[in-house]
Amino acid sequence: MTAPAIRDRVPHRSDANTPFGVSCAVQVDIVGALLLRETLTRYGRHNIGFLWLFVEPMMFTLGVTVLWTMTKSLHDTAIPITAFALTGYSSVLLWRNMPVRCISALEPNRLLFFHRNVRMLDIFIARLLLEFGGATISFLLLSVVFIAAGLLDPPEDLLEVIAGWFMLAWFGMALGLLLGALSIRYELVEKLWHPASYLALPLSGAAYIVDALPEKIQPLALWLPMVNGVELLREGYFGSYAKAHYDIGYMAGASLAMTLVALLQLRRTARSVLAG
Amino acid sequence: MIRLNQVGMDYPVRGGMRPVLRAISFDLYPGDKLGIFGRNGAGKSTLIRLIGGAEHPCTGTIERAMSVSWPLAFTGAFQASLTGRDNVRFISRIYRSDFARNIAAVQDFAELGVYLDEPVKTYSSGMQARLAFALSMIIEFDCFLIDEVGTVGDLRFRRKCEDELFSKRADRAMILVSHEVNYIKDHCNRFAILENGFIQFYTTFDEAYSEFGMLMANAP
Repeated sequence: MTAPAIRDRVPHRSDANTPFGVSCAVQVDIVGALLLRETLTRYGRHNIGFLWLFVEPMMFTLGVTVLWTMTKSLHDTAIPITAFALTGYSSVLLWRNMPVRCISALEPNRLLFFHRNVRMLDIFIARLLLEFGGATISFLLLSVVFIAAGLLDPPEDLLEVIAGWFMLAWFGMALGLLLGALSIRYELVEKLWHPASYLALPLSGAAYIVDALPEKIQPLALWLPMVNGVELLREGYFGSYAKAHYDIGYMAGASLAMTLVALLQLRRTARSVLAG
Repeated sequence: MIRLNQVGMDYPVRGGMRPVLRAISFDLYPGDKLGIFGRNGAGKSTLIRLIGGAEHPCTGTIERAMSVSWPLAFTGAFQASLTGRDNVRFISRIYRSDFARNIAAVQDFAELGVYLDEPVKTYSSGMQARLAFALSMIIEFDCFLIDEVGTVGDLRFRRKCEDELFSKRADRAMILVSHEVNYIKDHCNRFAILENGFIQFYTTFDEAYSEFGMLMANAP
């Protein structure tokens, strides 16, 4: 009997003689495969299946927006309340779920490390992309529906909206990677994240604009990176109604620093504690 | 060839590090079938994980000039909430292998019928084992790692597995870890005992087996 030929030999990513381009191509394949696997695992094929990816955040945002719009009279402000609620809650969903997904990423995926080309970073990237996709589709769909229904004016500056959205996504991804990487070594991260994220909600700029704060407190609020992103996003949506305050250079610096620390931590952890 | 050079592995325990493997060195060539004896907790599975690359050793190096499989018929290789077909698709994707050909091979070998489109968690343990083994056979490797596979499935299926593995792939290298002595006796041509983190090689099965028997008899 003849032995089956060894076909499809997969280049190992970290072999010294695997060209960089090939390593990248392998990584793209792996992330793609993980992305589909995550989608199926999380949403399955029952009822609306993967549509839950954005229907779930849409329901949240819709509920909050309706609630805030109905209580508009209590606020006594010129700010378009629908736009305020939509931008605020969508931003929170965008960055706040990313750390949750990363912190819980290792356990269910431990055994995947028997496939040598799969890395912890790939699992994080797949989960972050999925989270980003869901939050983005939700934000986009709700915007279009509200605008079509006449409940919302189109953004005044679309580019600013996009820039603000991507800055918030970067911040969320960097925070997710950092906490995810740290949680591999320190169980404490998981315990602390829940109260921290709960406390961060009222501070995050979802439910206030910086301009409405007392002048002394305004610079303090801008220390929180995500506040800068929400402000930019809102300037793009309804900048003519409220003066926005932000320092995108600071936000980018903070996100970059977190990204770098996260990658270093991930490299240090390597596979020392990974496979079950 | 696979070359282990002074490989050591420590695991953190309460109050310090416990060495599981110390200064393990050996070469494995194509066609080598290395059977490893060892008591529970001797570090056999750790060694398998290190050679498979799922973990990195604390000290020493492992050079691989051969491709190495994941532990064969390893049920953890798949996601229980996904269907058999989805698992084949995932493995095909990460190994850049042809899905259409693989699904046909798995269908033929594992004989899962309509269950191929049901979540793996609904499978009986026999069905899981058949799927796991079939998955292990769709990607070809130079070296197969086998951690306790002898106990899988009924007699007919075991014969089928042995044919796939030891007849059709006789040219490959393999590392076998099993408590089933006869499984190692029948299929290996090199033998070793793992004890206290050290590995000791023997030229014949009988030599290794009698030594291992003495170890077990004198076990504290």
